Amino acid sequence: MNASGRASLGWWLLLLPAVALVLFFYVAPIVQVLTISFTEPEPGLGNYERLLTSEGVQRVIFTTLRICLLTTFFALLLGYAIAYAITLASPRARSWWILAVLVPLWISVLVRAFAWVTLLRRQGLVNNTLMQAGVISEPLPLVWNEFGILVGMVHYMVPFAVLPMLASMREIEPRLLAAARGLGASRGQVFRQVFLPLSMPGVIAAGVLVFIFSLGFYITPAILGGGRTLMVAEWIALQILDLIRWGLGTMMATMLVVAIMVTLLVFSRVVDLRRMFGSGGG
Amino acid sequence: MHGTHGAGPFGRGLAWITALYLVLPILIVLPVALTDQRFLSLPQDGISFQHFRTVLTSPEWLGSIWQSFTIALASTVLSVVAGTLCAIGCWRISRRATDLVRLLMLLPLIIPSIIYAIGLYRYFGPLDLLDRFLGVVIAHGVTGIPYVVITVSTALAAFDPRLEQAARGMGASLSQTLRWVILPRIMPGIVSGAIFAFIHSWDELVMVLFIASRDVFTLPRRIWDGINENLDPAMAAVAVLLIVFTLLLLLVDMALRRRAQ
Repeated sequence: MNASGRASLGWWLLLLPAVALVLFFYVAPIVQVLTISFTEPEPGLGNYERLLTSEGVQRVIFTTLRICLLTTFFALLLGYAIAYAITLASPRARSWWILAVLVPLWISVLVRAFAWVTLLRRQGLVNNTLMQAGVISEPLPLVWNEFGILVGMVHYMVPFAVLPMLASMREIEPRLLAAARGLGASRGQVFRQVFLPLSMPGVIAAGVLVFIFSLGFYITPAILGGGRTLMVAEWIALQILDLIRWGLGTMMATMLVVAIMVTLLVFSRVVDLRRMFGSGGG
Repeated sequence: MHGTHGAGPFGRGLAWITALYLVLPILIVLPVALTDQRFLSLPQDGISFQHFRTVLTSPEWLGSIWQSFTIALASTVLSVVAGTLCAIGCWRISRRATDLVRLLMLLPLIIPSIIYAIGLYRYFGPLDLLDRFLGVVIAHGVTGIPYVVITVSTALAAFDPRLEQAARGMGASLSQTLRWVILPRIMPGIVSGAIFAFIHSWDELVMVLFIASRDVFTLPRRIWDGINENLDPAMAAVAVLLIVFTLLLLLVDMALRRRAQ
């Protein structure tokens, strides 16, 4: 008892550095800053009242929700097509498809935003090509608006959508599909009535993941939105860095954390959180 | 699964379009970096390496690259040590008892970095860690822990716990067991976690925007300023260098995994 007791204490001590680091340098700063929303400029719920009264606050929230829902929808649609192609591909083609998903995932988000600016701005490659081809006479407003944000955000989120969907598609028993075919179902019927329902857990996990990642996204919307379309994260940064309104900024930060936690709680019955995040890191 | 059930033309077309949408925009920075013009454009009368020369001879860019590199190295060490020990502890102690710890380690992946960034902005002031090398290393190191915990836990899942019990049974101390039995077997997972933690720090911008200003000016910070102030082909050259560097790291990771299998 004594020896094994000492041994298990040793194993617990292994947790200490990580737990101490996360508590003192992660949890503490966040808890401390979020409490400011109740204390500044004066103690109380004044900042939260703005949720009901301030049109600016409401506009930011609705813009964010709209962009996030659209991003989730398109990321799921495109991600599903890729995950489906990977599942059905031959082993050789499969590694190429996976590479097409993984490489963008690890390339700096700044580099990708820069690439989109190069392509989409007024004198960008897309507008220039279209003008030279005579398709348009005026440059199209492709960036520094909501459209630009969507293009960049969906681009960022598709790989995150693919990974959970791929994991659940791989668990689908191929013989089921073969059996359905054998029983006379058309290709479309096999997909709609067998494959699609069986892949739904992955779709839901992917949707939750993309949605919560989109909610707090900062860099891509800031660069591709050009400061005109504000999403929550950029709005918070603006309140704190430029307007020095800590109370209002931290109120929105608290709402952001609450929104993410509520989304996770609601869906934790349907999806396995640990598996979901495990798939992101490789 | 192929053969019995192919994707229809619509599914296949959409998959191809998506793959092109994912990859092509990233590739576009290469020709732009090689342009012979002084503004963002495709090469007109031939390619030129002048923009790479501009970047690689500029003390500002080189200084930022060096700073980012040293910060990433230091924070990777922090993430790897803390994350590996934690993953081993969680694996050895029962799953139930460590559920809360595992959840705690996932937090940095779930909570947006903007929230953490404003928290640090306030927290680091009194600790005198704003605009300090150490401050950024702590921030990046702590948020890199999840990547290491995940990859090492995956490696541990394939590890036979009886090996560890046998070593202990034969009288090995905890540190001996760790060093000679457990660590060698999970090395590929640790290296993988280290690569992800390194890339995480190397690319990180949001925290740096808040907790660093003059003395610490990392590469992502300089790129951010460049995108917001002067869009010139030198930015594309930096982007190309970054892409090449990331691809190299990923190739190392893939090679290591193949060897581990």
